[in-house]
Amino acid sequence: MEFFLQQLINTLKVGSIYAVIAIGYTMVYGIIKLINFAHGEIMVFGSYFAFLLATYSGLPFIAILLISMILTAILGMVIEKIAYAPLRKAPRLSALITAIGMSFLLQNIMLLIFKSEPKRMPELISMRPLEIGGLIIDPITIITVGLSVLFMIILQIFIKNTKPGKAMRAVSEDKEVAVLMGINVNRIITLTFAIGSALGALGGVLYSIAFTQVYPTMGIMPGLKAFVAAVLGGIGIMPGAMLGGFLIGLVETFTKAYLSSTWSDGIVFSLLIIILLVKPSGLLGKHRKDKV
Amino acid sequence: MGRRTKISYLINFIALLVVYAIVFTLIETESISRYWSSLIILICINIIMATSLNFSTGFLGQLVLGHAGFMAIGAYTAATIGIALSGAGFPALPAIIISVFSGGVLAAFSGIIIGIPALRLRGDYLAIMTLAFGEIVRIIINNLEFTGGAKGFRGIPRLMNFTYVYFFMIACVAFLMLLARSRHGRAIISIRENEIAAEAVGISSTRYKVTGFALSAMIGGIGGGLFAFQMGFLQPTMFGFMKSVDILVMVVLGGMGSMTGSVIAAIVFTWLPEALREFNEYRMVAYAVLLIVMMIVRPQGLFGTREFGFSKLMRKIFNKTKKIDTESLKGGDS
Amino acid sequence: MALLEVKNLTMNFGGLIAVNDFRLELKQHELVGLIGPNGAGKTTIFNLFTGNHYPTKGEIRLDGKSIVGKKPYDIVAMGAGRTFQNIRLFNNLTVLDNIKIAYNRSMSYSLLNGVLRLPKYWKEETKANKACLELLAVFDLDGYAYTQASSLPYGQQRKLEIARALATKPKVLLLDEPAAGMNPNETVELMETIKFVRNEFDIAILLIEHDMNLVMGICERIVVIDYGKIIAEGLPNDIKKNPDVIKAYLGE
Repeated sequence: MEFFLQQLINTLKVGSIYAVIAIGYTMVYGIIKLINFAHGEIMVFGSYFAFLLATYSGLPFIAILLISMILTAILGMVIEKIAYAPLRKAPRLSALITAIGMSFLLQNIMLLIFKSEPKRMPELISMRPLEIGGLIIDPITIITVGLSVLFMIILQIFIKNTKPGKAMRAVSEDKEVAVLMGINVNRIITLTFAIGSALGALGGVLYSIAFTQVYPTMGIMPGLKAFVAAVLGGIGIMPGAMLGGFLIGLVETFTKAYLSSTWSDGIVFSLLIIILLVKPSGLLGKHRKDKV
Repeated sequence: MGRRTKISYLINFIALLVVYAIVFTLIETESISRYWSSLIILICINIIMATSLNFSTGFLGQLVLGHAGFMAIGAYTAATIGIALSGAGFPALPAIIISVFSGGVLAAFSGIIIGIPALRLRGDYLAIMTLAFGEIVRIIINNLEFTGGAKGFRGIPRLMNFTYVYFFMIACVAFLMLLARSRHGRAIISIRENEIAAEAVGISSTRYKVTGFALSAMIGGIGGGLFAFQMGFLQPTMFGFMKSVDILVMVVLGGMGSMTGSVIAAIVFTWLPEALREFNEYRMVAYAVLLIVMMIVRPQGLFGTREFGFSKLMRKIFNKTKKIDTESLKGGDS
Repeated sequence: MALLEVKNLTMNFGGLIAVNDFRLELKQHELVGLIGPNGAGKTTIFNLFTGNHYPTKGEIRLDGKSIVGKKPYDIVAMGAGRTFQNIRLFNNLTVLDNIKIAYNRSMSYSLLNGVLRLPKYWKEETKANKACLELLAVFDLDGYAYTQASSLPYGQQRKLEIARALATKPKVLLLDEPAAGMNPNETVELMETIKFVRNEFDIAILLIEHDMNLVMGICERIVVIDYGKIIAEGLPNDIKKNPDVIKAYLGE
């Protein structure tokens, strides 16, 4: 029983990280219908920013986190301007391939700069574990879940109540009409990338703290899994990403705990195939048909 | 068969024989090192991989991100059967043919299995599904006992030589090109152009999509089988997403929809990484930049959807004809 | 028996009733027009006929056989051909290839036959080539045979789409706004083409149009719909004077 509850706690930790990364995917897809393959790498950049700040500056954790998020947001905006904006009107295939190219580019830039050996993430969290009735909840889990949930709530409020947030929803719904309503679509797209990347950085920092390492190819698997999470919940739908993130965290944690850790990735991918077969629009998604 | 076509076939045939003769001589007389002859064999295999991927991604128009999965299925199948046949005393060529074709058939089969559900989906989703497929194949191979798992599959007889691989390559590429210029090929291409219009003129999209997909998988599997006999050992890491992307880069840069483009891109991008080996880290960055720049500046790749055969080359050199140079677009000519 | 028989056809898009109890009888050799204000449901009706939508209710019979639930390509085999409101050509392919693809139904050599270039391949391809070029000649498009379809002038593209539909040897031809975007001269030429096609190929034609000159000029019978329902039906002259029709187009 204790083991089971411990796994649930692990689920929360892993799931919240996936959820936060998945939101980044889903936001970008919602707004320009692009699967940003490079999102996993953006996440790793966040981790590296944090690593550098942690190692070379004496800043406290929160400062490191926020600065990393901001730097990564800027990175996301730059990437969008250089590589994705020119392809706004291009066929989806080209944009997808560009995203794959961007993913590779970022990975290899990091490999060049940092080399492939993992770097140890310095201790950033100096809290004591929490004990509740025999269960030990380590501080990393607390911080991870806490921060993820906090930012998700902030994001929801932003989307629902602020003008740019509403504009983002409008552009997702119907770009042409949004333009007619006077919304500066380019700026909204840039903003979306900024927020998505920042959240990716959040996920990356938390991930590297949880797993104590940073290395350039670190983002591939979590990126793919977070992407599966986004599709599972309903790509383009933010609550879907959150739901999907926790579900994937659940599947992964429990498979590793009760089945086998080598097969857990395979099961996650099989889940992707199943959801695409049964309900491609995802758990919370709506079905849309092409116009003939 | 028109006279033009006959001449076209002849020129292509002779040209291919000449190329063979030249390379064969170079290898046999050891004018080029072992390293280079291995590389040439690898180039031929990659030509098979690129053209087969081009068939599904360029001609059928469905982005496949898991082509390495078909290669893996072909490779491991061929390896298993090859070891058994060799052990039983089969001579090299029959063993290779049986093993490699079995690999191809199994790959085609898995192409149908993943294709039927996947082809119901729209572009992005289909691509993702093929990605998941490729990963699942790799994970399965990684975890199975009899494929050697992560440590790899060893002891495959290294039966491959330039002659075998060259003629397999010719056969595969010819198969795909001849298919592309038949009514089935036209039907497949029409689906890429405009699926709804294709259906509206009687093309059974489901049937042709699955067929195209399965054939692409089969040829990819054949490439994998040849790869197994060349390498002598196989590892799951050889068939990951990276491999799929490597092949995809060749197809995209060569021109999705141009077999010639895939051939040339396969040659260039198999040779280039080797030539630039010292700069390996920079090589990957350069690749990525090239890919991105290409998509922005010239998304149709080097050749777009056009083919460029030896006969066209001859015609251009000797200025033999004044007729419009779309002769090879006619169905029935090659 | 009518070639195309439609009864009680209804299409409900999750609350939006696009087609409401539509009925139609199209006989051999008829040339009928389907008109109505924008958004009346005309293209939806076509999409129902060609299997692109599945009707909520109703019967559609082509030559006596029901087509409901069948795939578009099977319906083509049963004898229905169509063109699209926004031209759907195979843009990167040649004009000739566009026709040849539609001609696929009349060819039967197997995949292996094709790859091995056996005699059956050459025989059928030569025959196809000839037939398709002849079809293009009928529409004065044979000069464009080896040009890329997308580089054709607009009017010629529309003609190509009609020619392509005819290559499937249909019994009924559905034309969706064939005159859209054409100038008066092109429209007159199109009217001649449509009449010619009906006579030469001995088929029935149902067309959707907004261009009243064309509709009044060549249609033998007109059906008017608004909000998915039939509001009038009859001879062109009667329709012209029908108050309901006028109201639908011009408002109160």
